[in-house]
Amino acid sequence: MYPKQQKRAPNKDITHYLTFLVVFCRVNFKFGCLNLYLSTMSSREVLIKASGLTKKYGEFTAVDHIDFEIYRGECVGFLGPNGAGKTTTVRMMYCFLMPTSGILKVAGLDINTKCREIKALVGVAQQEDNLDPDFTVIKNLTVYARYFDIPKAEALKRAEELLRFFQLEEKRDVSIMALSTGMKRRLIFARALLNKPQVLLLDEPTTGLDPQARHLVWDEVRQLKKQQVTVILTTHYMDEAQILCDRILIVDQGRIIEQGTPAELIKKHVGREVLEVDYNEKLVPLLKEVFVNARIERLGDRIQVFTDQPHGVFEGFLKEHKLQNVSIRNANIEDVFLKLTGRGLREA
Amino acid sequence: MSKTHIRASPAKLSIPHLSYRVWIVWRRNVDVFFKTIKVNFFPSLLEPILYLFAFGFGLGGFIPDIAGQPYINFIAPALVAVAIMNGSFFECTFASFVRMYFQKTFDAIVATPVSVEEVVAGEMLWGATRATINATIVLVVVAVAGLFTPVPLVSSPLFLLAVPIAFLGGLLFSAIAMCFTAAAPNIDFFNYPSFLFLTPMFFLCGTFFPLTSLPIVAQSLAMAILPLTHIVNVIRAVLVGGVEPIWGLSTGALLSVSLVWLTVVTVAFFILSINLMKKRLTS
Repeated sequence: MYPKQQKRAPNKDITHYLTFLVVFCRVNFKFGCLNLYLSTMSSREVLIKASGLTKKYGEFTAVDHIDFEIYRGECVGFLGPNGAGKTTTVRMMYCFLMPTSGILKVAGLDINTKCREIKALVGVAQQEDNLDPDFTVIKNLTVYARYFDIPKAEALKRAEELLRFFQLEEKRDVSIMALSTGMKRRLIFARALLNKPQVLLLDEPTTGLDPQARHLVWDEVRQLKKQQVTVILTTHYMDEAQILCDRILIVDQGRIIEQGTPAELIKKHVGREVLEVDYNEKLVPLLKEVFVNARIERLGDRIQVFTDQPHGVFEGFLKEHKLQNVSIRNANIEDVFLKLTGRGLREA
Repeated sequence: MSKTHIRASPAKLSIPHLSYRVWIVWRRNVDVFFKTIKVNFFPSLLEPILYLFAFGFGLGGFIPDIAGQPYINFIAPALVAVAIMNGSFFECTFASFVRMYFQKTFDAIVATPVSVEEVVAGEMLWGATRATINATIVLVVVAVAGLFTPVPLVSSPLFLLAVPIAFLGGLLFSAIAMCFTAAAPNIDFFNYPSFLFLTPMFFLCGTFFPLTSLPIVAQSLAMAILPLTHIVNVIRAVLVGGVEPIWGLSTGALLSVSLVWLTVVTVAFFILSINLMKKRLTS
């Protein structure tokens, strides 16, 4: 009996061990699946979430119960006429303004309670020139790095790198007063990257820049997107939004009136091609007759015909009718914007 | 004109949450100070020399002794006190307003982990520091000038205490100044406190003549509501070892009253100013 028992004992241990192994493997397998699931989902991780977000200044409602989600690694553009609430929305994302009501979370942190943590993750390039005129270019960056508790040597290293990238090396020891508008905007952008942010907020980043400098900014935004940095920008340049943004939110009178990828929005609202021609009273009925399903609008002294027909639909018409000052182009976000925010005079 | 709301009821006042970051904000202003030290240093050196020369040596020749001391010995401590008042008040009105409104420096800083409260507190600590620097310069000038006067201008071994007192007094004037900054619709607004608050104090707080030569009502008012009175009392006590009795209080008792008054009012205005500025900057 005794030896048997002794034999059984290790058997029991082995069974225990095997049971443990099976359970362990199962749990591991489950975690593995979960990880796999999470990794496929990570591109859709919600980084910023607003629900019922509202900001009032006295009686005026600047942002009116808006809801949106922004995913990690996305570039999202807020477009809207002046006073639409774009900047107010962006300013709430870094606690510069506190919402009147509603919820806003950045990386899962509530802006009402976790401002400091949020601001450590976020880089901000504000609309106004708020560089420190009391300091040189390099000192602007190193002093700003101090606010993020970046150690001195590291701050200097990052500052030099950023100056190199934004082609401001030559201006390193120059006073802010001596910089052009374009250089100032580039320096503000560079400053926003000092803390290696997960979220970059760019409020009209290219206003007042020359084409070269705009392309420099666009290149940097693309590079940051590759590094999974989430970029949120407001702009009045529709081409900029179309080129850079994965998704566009069109804001008007404090509300989000439409959102989607640039291609989706163009397809949905304005079709494919646009014929533009100088305004002429007689031309409108003719165009209406030929292009039955097309939307025809007058914008100033130009007529625009929007169609979702395949390429070539306008060419035939132009062969028959000799018109002055004609152009055929692809429909773009500007067309969508003007249609939705209603700047054009609908006459035709 | 920008909108400012100052409707903070006492119930809404909250104790500010401050961290070491106030010193990072303070550091920014220190850096700027040292960068522009030439324009900051020499004017503040010249002013007390002019006062000592004009009022002490010039005017003082026609004035009988006060409490057994030549006139120049009476005004010397007051010059240190006035330097505290001017240094901090102008720093936290005109200079802070420029940083807040024109340079938008505060806007840039609050986009980092530093909070609005810490920016405002850092500004006030800098205002107090500036007052301390200015007061120290005047103290040195006064001490050196004292080598050429019949009675030394600084005669008490406690004179070094003037430096921490300058910081306390500077903090008080910074906090009062910051309340005006929170309310200022534009920079010209500061003419009101400069002419209606600072200038009267400059003359009426026991600076150029003893407070005791005023009617008792005026003496009491100065003791109750004018901060410079208390700073003059304390500075005079530590520089020359004695003060003319007010309300019949001995130097020691008067010193205690003034120090308590300064501390309590500083704490109150410090909290109030941060609340008012937060309201202005975040709504």
